[in-house]
Amino acid sequence: MVEGARHPHTPLMQRTLESFLRALRAVDVRVSPAEAIDAHRAVALVGYGDRALLKDALCATLAKTAEEVGRFETCFETFFQRDEFKPGHHHPHDPGAAPPPPASGEPNLASMLMADDAAGLAQAMEDAAERAGVSDIRFSSQRRLLTRRLLDEMGLKGLERVIGEAGLRDDPQSQALARRLTEDRKALFEEAARYVERQHDLYAGESGQRLREQILADERFGAIDSHDLANMQTLVRRMAKRLAARYSHQQRRAKKGKLDVRRTLRRSMGHGGVPFEIIWKHETIEKPKIVAICDVSGSVAAAAQFLLLFLYSLHEVVERLDAFAFSNRLVAVGDILKDEQVEGAIAGVLARIGMQSTDYGHALEDFRALHLNALDRHTTVIILGDGRTNYVDPRIDLMRAIQERSRAVIWLNPEPETFWNRGDSEMERYRRFCHVAKTCNTLSQLERIIEDVLRTYLPK
Amino acid sequence: MTLSAPAPSAGPLSSVDAIIEGLAGVGYIASRRIATALFMASHLQKPILVEGSAGVGKTELALSTATLLGLPLIRMQCYEGLDESKALYEWKYGKQLLYTQLLKDRMGEALGDATSMDEAMVRLHGMGDLFFSEPFLEPRPLLRALREEGGAVLLIDEVDKSDEAFEAFLLEILSAYQVSVPELGVIKAKVPPIVFLTSNNVRDLGDALKRRCLHLHIPLPDAKLEERIVATRVPGIETSLNKQLVGFVQSLRGLDLRKSPSISETVDWARVLILLHAHALETETVRDTLNVLLKFEQDIAAVEPQIAELIRAPLAPVGG
Repeated sequence: MVEGARHPHTPLMQRTLESFLRALRAVDVRVSPAEAIDAHRAVALVGYGDRALLKDALCATLAKTAEEVGRFETCFETFFQRDEFKPGHHHPHDPGAAPPPPASGEPNLASMLMADDAAGLAQAMEDAAERAGVSDIRFSSQRRLLTRRLLDEMGLKGLERVIGEAGLRDDPQSQALARRLTEDRKALFEEAARYVERQHDLYAGESGQRLREQILADERFGAIDSHDLANMQTLVRRMAKRLAARYSHQQRRAKKGKLDVRRTLRRSMGHGGVPFEIIWKHETIEKPKIVAICDVSGSVAAAAQFLLLFLYSLHEVVERLDAFAFSNRLVAVGDILKDEQVEGAIAGVLARIGMQSTDYGHALEDFRALHLNALDRHTTVIILGDGRTNYVDPRIDLMRAIQERSRAVIWLNPEPETFWNRGDSEMERYRRFCHVAKTCNTLSQLERIIEDVLRTYLPK
Repeated sequence: MTLSAPAPSAGPLSSVDAIIEGLAGVGYIASRRIATALFMASHLQKPILVEGSAGVGKTELALSTATLLGLPLIRMQCYEGLDESKALYEWKYGKQLLYTQLLKDRMGEALGDATSMDEAMVRLHGMGDLFFSEPFLEPRPLLRALREEGGAVLLIDEVDKSDEAFEAFLLEILSAYQVSVPELGVIKAKVPPIVFLTSNNVRDLGDALKRRCLHLHIPLPDAKLEERIVATRVPGIETSLNKQLVGFVQSLRGLDLRKSPSISETVDWARVLILLHAHALETETVRDTLNVLLKFEQDIAAVEPQIAELIRAPLAPVGG
């Protein structure tokens, strides 16, 4: 690289920056290789001298959203906080005690401790950490092991031997040396533990969280603890945003290259038939129009919250959504979803009609009265429920009417398929009138299904 | 692209401090972070993506930079449906048609004495093909920015309003400062323009675009910075009034409003107050001019009853 010649880049500095990039990735600031190169160029340009300048420069190259800027700043502060071995926290130098020369080839930890060589110790710790792979830390349970390994790499064995030998000798000078080195060793232990702790904060803090989120996304709705609910809502919101970003802005796609002959000819009339203005064809993409009907009765109690969560996220993504919920009676819930935050909305719907006994027949009748006329060939109907009718008339005829009027009917059932025809489940009969009937009881499945639905509205 | 490209060594972009000073000279009070981003942009030759709520001075930054460098500002406003023919270039169809007619008339003269079809074809190929050539090219903002001899400041405003397809189309320009026109080949910038993209976060921009840009988020300023901005933008303002009105606006931002006033509103308000010969904030004046600061009926209704209180609260530190 050209800049390498102008600003000599020592390998150590490059390593430092690379570790920093890794720390950034760990806190979920995405850094691509190209951005890493930019960061190196930025550092070459501004240097390490001015901390604020370095921070701003790296921030501009690496953090690409307002949230990432926040995370970047915390990470930067943690990472470039180097305060181990500050001078003064060791006791005054004892001139009488000189350590014996160490065995050749080993890092001279003892003499560095004796000389209060803070910079040397910090450097040694960095190097040892590199060899011990401390920054690969992922779980808090690794801290002890890594601290030990770090100390070993720093030459703890040599230090122990020096202490041991000095302790065996009888003269007061050796005794003092042993005492002092023992104290130093204790301080060193603490330093190392702190160092590893900070590495843990840097590299493992967020990955644990991410792991938990990953697990949560694949967890069955019924099995999710109430204290994970908040996490779940964050996930759902993120999912909604992701989907919205992908699908809300593709309404019109210019189809260049296809002449709109009719309109071009018409415009040319003004110029005596000379086509001065060329008009190209556009393809208008249908906006998704979705009707969602959600079962919130007692039999789906465990999943009801998440089905509503789904409804809520769908509401954020799809402009034209009519949402209904039912136990035995069916009501429109669009206004609640619109006005309330997610927690309030779910609670509101459940309070209004939730947790009663199911009556699909009755609910479908209500739907016919309320909304059947609004279905047209652009509408996708999504039904969320277990299809358990309590042995009352399932009104298959109404289901047929819905299917005939709409573009597609999708049934998402929180129960696995093997349960579908057992007991009071009418799922098999309803299924005949669905274009898609699927088990859906994890967040990942939900996301995939919404994507599939939305994608059908895009041109091939 | 390397850093050895001519980077202004003693110009207004030579250091972060020089940038702050230079921008202040043209009436833009930049924070260190803004100046650093601009510094990096000019030295690494990368576009800057500027984000922040409406009215914090995103567009103004590009305007001031152009003034500071004495370069032409080429501005492209993005909107849904914007495509290459409006952003990059278009053929002058009308003229091309006239040219064809002209050609038809002349064709007989030129080829009339050709003895065989082959000879006619040879002559036809011998004539320069002007149909797709520079004279018929209608440059749009992007192409203009690339062809500017001495460099330019290119402002791609509200890029988040454009379609994703257009965003992808921008990538070539932003990373290599060149565009491909199928009929003419690749057009490369002689002097890469300084590019600003602004975004209001209508939608999330693609990673590919973000990756190619430096990112700058301009937050709402703190009171001290805002006072300096107002003082620069509204030269005649009294210090005490400035302090008072900035304090008022700052406390408005603490309220739960649909649209908090940003810097441009503060500046407008300051101008209005000067026009009204106000020397200090009074409940009456504030009520009459509140519509300069707040753009929603509900916000105005929410703030109106608290005006007196809001004036008094930030007054305390001034000691008036």
